Amino acid sequence: MISIRNFSIIAHIDHGKSTLADRLIQYAGLVDARQFRDQILDTMDIERERGITIKSQTVSLPYTSRSGETFELNLIDTPGHVDFSYEVSRALASCEGVLLLVDAAQGVEAQTVANLYAALEHNLEIIPVINKIDLPSADIDRVKEEIEAELGLDAEEALLCSAKEGTGIEDILEAITKRIPPPKGSPEGPLAALIFDAHYDVFRGTVVSCRVFDGSVKPGDTIRLMSNGATHKVEEVGFFRLIRVPQKELNAGEVGYIIAGIKTVSDTRIGDTITRDDHVAVAALAGFKEVKPMVFSSLYPIAADDYQSLTEALEKYKLNDAALTYQKDSSAALGHGFRCGFLGLLHLEVVQERLEREYGQSIIMTVPSVQYQFLLRSGENVTIDNPHYYPDPASIEKSYEPFVKVSILIPERSMGAVMTLCLERRGVNTRFHYPTTKRIEITCEMPLAEIIYDFYDRLKTVTQGYGSFDYELIGYRESELVKLDILVNGEKVDALSLMVHRDRARLRAVQICDRLKEEIHRQLFKIAIQGAIGGQIIARSTITPFRKDVTAKCYGGDITRKRKLLEKQKMGKKRMKMVGAVEIPQSAFIAVLKSDNE
Amino acid sequence: MSDQHPLSGLYIHIPFCKTKCPYCDFYSETSTALIPEWLQAVKKEALLYRDQFSSFDTLYLGGGTPTVLDETELASLIEYLFKTFCFAPDVEITIEANPNDITREKLSVLRALGVNRVSLGVQSFDEQDVSVLRRRHTVEESAAALGLIRTSGFTSVGIDIIYGIPGQTESSWRATLEQAVSFQPEHISCYQLTMAEGTAFWERQEEGLMRLPEEEESENLFLTTSRFLEENGYLHYEISNFARGEENRSRHNQKYWQHVPYLGLGPSAHSFQDGKRWWNVRSIKKYCASLEEGRAPVQGSEQLSAEQFALESLYLGLRTRDGIDLARVRSSHITDTVLPQLLKDDYVKITGTRVVPTKKGFLVADQLPLLFV
Repeated sequence: MISIRNFSIIAHIDHGKSTLADRLIQYAGLVDARQFRDQILDTMDIERERGITIKSQTVSLPYTSRSGETFELNLIDTPGHVDFSYEVSRALASCEGVLLLVDAAQGVEAQTVANLYAALEHNLEIIPVINKIDLPSADIDRVKEEIEAELGLDAEEALLCSAKEGTGIEDILEAITKRIPPPKGSPEGPLAALIFDAHYDVFRGTVVSCRVFDGSVKPGDTIRLMSNGATHKVEEVGFFRLIRVPQKELNAGEVGYIIAGIKTVSDTRIGDTITRDDHVAVAALAGFKEVKPMVFSSLYPIAADDYQSLTEALEKYKLNDAALTYQKDSSAALGHGFRCGFLGLLHLEVVQERLEREYGQSIIMTVPSVQYQFLLRSGENVTIDNPHYYPDPASIEKSYEPFVKVSILIPERSMGAVMTLCLERRGVNTRFHYPTTKRIEITCEMPLAEIIYDFYDRLKTVTQGYGSFDYELIGYRESELVKLDILVNGEKVDALSLMVHRDRARLRAVQICDRLKEEIHRQLFKIAIQGAIGGQIIARSTITPFRKDVTAKCYGGDITRKRKLLEKQKMGKKRMKMVGAVEIPQSAFIAVLKSDNE
Repeated sequence: MSDQHPLSGLYIHIPFCKTKCPYCDFYSETSTALIPEWLQAVKKEALLYRDQFSSFDTLYLGGGTPTVLDETELASLIEYLFKTFCFAPDVEITIEANPNDITREKLSVLRALGVNRVSLGVQSFDEQDVSVLRRRHTVEESAAALGLIRTSGFTSVGIDIIYGIPGQTESSWRATLEQAVSFQPEHISCYQLTMAEGTAFWERQEEGLMRLPEEEESENLFLTTSRFLEENGYLHYEISNFARGEENRSRHNQKYWQHVPYLGLGPSAHSFQDGKRWWNVRSIKKYCASLEEGRAPVQGSEQLSAEQFALESLYLGLRTRDGIDLARVRSSHITDTVLPQLLKDDYVKITGTRVVPTKKGFLVADQLPLLFV
């Protein structure tokens, strides 16, 4: 009889989650040394480059314990970013325990705390693991102290390892078998399986990752998705062993996949319950919710001709990303495009990068916005995420913006700088908590809009890289909003407009005017860049024209060289957007999104 | 291009210089030992193109320093070319000359061979400039050479001068211009000093030891030059070229700007015919070796696509006072937005059916072509 353990690894970014997963996979012998590559579960280029996990992956590890017992250890890898916290919560709901990984040099950070709370909510067994003990800067005693003080866990039970060096791996596997309880559930009951992820396979359609709580499922069964009642006929079930390994059936307690002719991942909902159409579960598993986008931005092809190609790319991309929402949008400056909704800024960047790399699209994105609410004098309530639809200011009775509760963990010495940052970002109800000496946890309430605009970069800068943060939405609050327009030679560039708090408008306007001045190349005429609220100019910058730019000599040997240079410039020009007679490079639209210190 | 098929131009690259000028990026070697071998090779190369190019109405001996060759070598070269190719009766034959290579004897041999145009590399009439440029002649020698050229009976004389030289002032440049005009040359080329990669000046600029004038000063020098020479009866017909009357434009150089076929013989020389451009190896040794084996010493070639041809016509045209044909401007964005703006800002004017750059347009001629694409 094979025993099952379902677990996940949770950690702050860069604490070595993917490396530990690599070692566990190697230990289980799922892949030989020759085929092995680092971060084996992170299959996307962007994950490997940034060292983050975006899409969760699951792998079943066969393991024979020291006492000779055989186990099937299901590792449910989770995305390592707050944008994907709902997906994380569903993955955790599929486990009985977690390895809480803490970097031996960095110690406990904001996401370590947030992850711990998430695990506690699901009553999971928590095994603290101190990683990177091989580092010269490792300070195991300090980290143990933090684990006790900040996490409230017994540091005596913490395991030590160096995933990089491969030390301590067997102890971890043993601990998983001994400390994490086996799954409970009734094999004879009606099928109840939790969808914690879904991805798209070109040949098979949607591959649903799920944890079976009760009952069983096998090919030929008709399953029903409880949130919408849709039914599908099961074609294949199986385990993940880096590759899909088909099984006769999936039983209570097991983690695996179901392929059932489901066309797109959007036809499934993460957190939904799968049951059998002929033997329906009494109630859906708890915790299901529809994920809603928090950040919105418009996406345009650089060349207007590429709109069709972008449409197709988005359709394909969407097959594999249920969280992305999009609808048609258009701009006077950028032509036809799409208004997209994202889970957060990282999700936005991931979509942008994947569209560019994997789908060959050249795109421009507009300044990200949150969803604002307006109470109009007519009594009507409107929700707006696109500055294009900003209501006539005279018609607005009240405006509201979303707030989040931010918790920030910093070294004591950064206190002043971080408080200033929070104040700048309109933080209120700031509270402090000293989990250990030298460390401070600051919590405050802040507009979401302030977080999505370069907050993380600024926090990293003012804390020399030691600050970390986490946030959760707490609701809408009244706020004084304005629409800031950017004009280039008197023409409004609609794609650069943004909604912003009145007190922040001037600063943003000055920043954008300066950025554009750096990014827009000098041309043959003077270019005036202005920031305006309504008819009032609040910031401006000027780009002086070329006075002289001509090559002196042009004879037989110079002609080809000069043409090649022009051809290169011409290619660059294709990536420019014309506003009146002014050429605005793609980089200008991107630059206005960046923070000052990049 | 004009209605009749214009005749082709023949260029000979004479890749020898007694000393290397620190700003020049034309190919040349300072040893004269290879002259005989090179001369044989050029003759062989000429033979290869005998059928491909039937007749020329210009011959241009450039370099390098063509006057490094002695009378016998010059005669041997020119006579061979005459024997090999057909030339129009009114052929323009130019030789580039260095002031202190010129002797009455050499000039009279050249005259007798049919050379009817001398382009003298004066570079500056200011002693300090001449020394900064490391020329191997003095201002006095330049003046003497010009006198000698005139008295030898040449009726078409060109002077090359350079501005933007470190240490040069607006007034010292004006003095050079005044000197130049005082010799009443038929043609003046005024080049703004540029830092070409691989030259000694470029190295010095990279090391931060040398700097070209700022944009505003450079603009000033250009406008001063143009105004001064126009006041003195010269036509500013190309960015860097001035002619005393239409008839004194360089017939040969205009072929480069009008896509008229030309054949370039000698190392590094470029040729153009039927939309194809090719260029020779940039090494005397390789050049000679290739011809020794009977192979054309071509290093590379390109066949212009219609689009490339159009782009070249555009930027070459916009560097001259002939401009470009309005009929070539097809996009409504250009006619409705770009052109009116350029006219309003005085970068171009419309003369007949042509869009012609103004002086202000000449100043930014590198920026203009892409506005018409």
